Amino acid sequence: MAKITLSNLAHSYIENPKAKEDYVLKPLNHEWDDGAAYALLGPSGCGKSTLLNIISGILTPSQGSILFNDVDVTFADTTNRNIAQVFQFPVVYDTMTVRQNLAFPLKNRGAKEEYIKQRVGSIARAIQVEDILDKKASGLTADAKQKISLGRGMVREDVNAILFDEPLTVIDPHMKWELRTQLKALHKELKHTMIFVTHDQTEALTFADKVVVMNQGHVLQIGTPEELFSKPAHTFVGYFIGSPGMNVFESKVNGNIADLQGTEIKLNKTYKTLNGKVELGIRPEFIELCEEGEGINVEIMRVEDVAHHKIVRAKYNNKKINIIVPEDIKITPSMNSIKLKPEGINVYVDDWLVQGELL
Amino acid sequence: MKKTVNQKAWFLVLPVLLLVGFSAVIPLMTVVNYSVQDTFGNNQFFAVGLEWFEEILHSERIHDALGRQVLFTSIILLIEIPLGIFIALHMPKKGFWASACLILVALPLLVPWNVVGTIWQIFGRTDIGLLGHTLASFGIDYNYTQNVLDAWITIIIMDVWHWTSLVVLLCYAGLQSIPSAYYQAAKIDQASNWNVFRYIQLPKMMGVLLIATLLRFMDSFMIYTEPMVVTGGGPGNATTFLSIDLVKMAIGQFDLGPAAAFSLIYFLVILLVSWAFFTIMTNIDKEEK
Amino acid sequence: MNNSKIKTGFFSSKSPTIMLIYIIFLMLPVYWLFNMSLKTNEEILGTFSLFPNNLTFQNYIVIFTDPSWYWGYINSMSYVVLNTIISITVALPAAYAFSRYKFLGDKHLFFWLLTNRMAPPAVFALPFFQLYSSVGLFDTHIAVALAHTLFNVPLSVWILEGFMRGVPKEIDETAYIDGFSFFAFFTKIFTPLIASGIGVAAFFCFMFSWVELLLSRTLTSVNAKSIAATMTKTVSASGVDWGVLAAAGVLTLIPGAIVIYFVRNHIAKGLSLGRV
Repeated sequence: MAKITLSNLAHSYIENPKAKEDYVLKPLNHEWDDGAAYALLGPSGCGKSTLLNIISGILTPSQGSILFNDVDVTFADTTNRNIAQVFQFPVVYDTMTVRQNLAFPLKNRGAKEEYIKQRVGSIARAIQVEDILDKKASGLTADAKQKISLGRGMVREDVNAILFDEPLTVIDPHMKWELRTQLKALHKELKHTMIFVTHDQTEALTFADKVVVMNQGHVLQIGTPEELFSKPAHTFVGYFIGSPGMNVFESKVNGNIADLQGTEIKLNKTYKTLNGKVELGIRPEFIELCEEGEGINVEIMRVEDVAHHKIVRAKYNNKKINIIVPEDIKITPSMNSIKLKPEGINVYVDDWLVQGELL
Repeated sequence: MKKTVNQKAWFLVLPVLLLVGFSAVIPLMTVVNYSVQDTFGNNQFFAVGLEWFEEILHSERIHDALGRQVLFTSIILLIEIPLGIFIALHMPKKGFWASACLILVALPLLVPWNVVGTIWQIFGRTDIGLLGHTLASFGIDYNYTQNVLDAWITIIIMDVWHWTSLVVLLCYAGLQSIPSAYYQAAKIDQASNWNVFRYIQLPKMMGVLLIATLLRFMDSFMIYTEPMVVTGGGPGNATTFLSIDLVKMAIGQFDLGPAAAFSLIYFLVILLVSWAFFTIMTNIDKEEK
Repeated sequence: MNNSKIKTGFFSSKSPTIMLIYIIFLMLPVYWLFNMSLKTNEEILGTFSLFPNNLTFQNYIVIFTDPSWYWGYINSMSYVVLNTIISITVALPAAYAFSRYKFLGDKHLFFWLLTNRMAPPAVFALPFFQLYSSVGLFDTHIAVALAHTLFNVPLSVWILEGFMRGVPKEIDETAYIDGFSFFAFFTKIFTPLIASGIGVAAFFCFMFSWVELLLSRTLTSVNAKSIAATMTKTVSASGVDWGVLAAAGVLTLIPGAIVIYFVRNHIAKGLSLGRV
């Protein structure tokens, strides 16, 4: 189990990078706690896999350093970093049995027979593969194979971190949930540092203690699922998390009054003078649909019923706005106004969240 | 992909059927015909039942040729398959050198078989050949036309020169298809180089290795031109393999009956062994799916 | 993509020595042939040298000017091209049928085709001789071209089928919905998708036909005599014309080298009959 520190870490695949665009990973400085479960979340190409490969040692960063428990491992070989990795598709040794697969890393390190037996047994129990221990690895289902991949990583007690590179990609949808649950349980039991790369927000939000949201090589926010939801630090985080994502509008802000393209809105915080592109962000969950005249007028386009709630697609000044209405509220044709709950309004300058002073 | 049942597909297959049928069935029928007949000469034939088959199966000459053939095929398989794997593991994977190596390695496969024979015939001569001359200058007594062992060695090395590249190319393709994640996992597991070969590379190459072995078995069992050009089957009949013997009988001596019977048995042997290989191949294919 | 410093397991090519030795092994006899082709017969039989002392192109000139020689090449190229065209044309619809449809006897037919590839040419030498003589096709290009189809057509069907498998059936169905006739679909849409497969199949047809000796010699005598046959008959009263023989050999390597270059990336797939 290790604390992972990134110090001024950046990476470019080009020989002599000049512009910012040449960097696939922009300079990062972060510390990740020992024993925590992190998710690296972001769209394809955001740099999460690159970051993972730098942590595992497959890639050497073009700049900066990475430390495990304050020991510089930037140039250390993968073998010496004591990490485990689970890949997008199951990597198992087809010609060996499950038992032999699990025992393999320990055998290579010259461990004693009884120790191997004991470790294999306890890991097999933890990942629930005891009944197939003596089956050949080649004939198993994809999810069983992924579990074996995982097991091989955990069988070493001194593993620093377990890295997952979109491991549920080849798993059937109904097994995804099952595996995620087992992973979470394993984490609770064994307390390894786990880093889980995914582009699926559900996976990230349900698995991790803290989620690292990335886009275009930048780390935008590291926070608990709660924090990401209520206080997105960047408009992209607001847009990416949540279904549908946050609504963002250009606005002017003066003190505690926001001018939302003509309509005045009272905020529950006050802000100093803001320079730059000013926007208001509000999640659909914080917008209330009300009768005409009681709030801001919007043009209702569609109402989608998704069982637990309804999503109302509307337009305000020709810009799309999404509203979530709880299922118990009936929507009548005369309800075409909205009220914005002040606690859900966030102010962004140049895409970044600005903290105001609470009134 | 799911295939739909459609009997009209036979129309698409008809040209192939006719062409290959014409080329294969008619001659084969002729051969079968000859195998059960004898002639008085002047194109007059009479039926003799399975007499020719019996004669062939008991013929010492055929047994010798078969023995030589089996020995030859076994030796070259034992050399070419491991050697091919070995070379494939060392071929560069990308860049300019990868292409250059591919072309150079593939070249022996495109040399007309008689030219292969000619090249080695010249190469091994002590007067004008690099190999022969060099060996002679070291005082080694090397003469492939008169010494049986020398003839065998020359022919074997020639076949290795000619055909190992086939195994190399197939194994190379097999190796290329292994995702790098397997090598990364092996590093993480601290697997030794030998373990990587044994548990990752070799299993993944099994499919192509089987094809390579099948092809080499088949082709080496039918070998004709190359040894014919170099040694003519000699010295004596030391390098007279099955095909050489058959052609001697059929076209040289015009012994149609025995030649025909021989042909059928020959064909059958290859067919049986190939069918065995093929079944194993498709079973492995099924297992992987 | 990883710019990984991964060693590729056992036998990592840290040193190119092994590859170098193997390539030298392969090229040495070829070099020797080339060396000989640039010497006169006197020099060949008289002295022994790694480079020609008196470099001469005379041997090549003989080949380019002597009809009995250059016709050998022309004949060989003719029947090889003829064979390739026939084999591919016939194999394409058949391969399509095998890759898309199930029909009565399909598996057996497929296997039977493969067995023809396993047939020893020696078995067919005499029967072909009699067959083509009897239909008056002895000593023609078409005879050799047809004879070789026995092996090349099954090979082409297998290779093409392997490549066709990779094209999803949905493409066919979309084309039919869009109103294409089968023929139009096949030529305009399908063929470009399997272009590399056709290239590989053509390469192998070329390869097997170009290198084969036994049948091409058996079925020809004067008019369609192949270069292989010409080369095996270069013994004259004054002994073997080594220089010319060597030059002839070198010239036979060139078409092969050119063709390899074009399909170098697909050779392995074809060798495995499309299955890798």
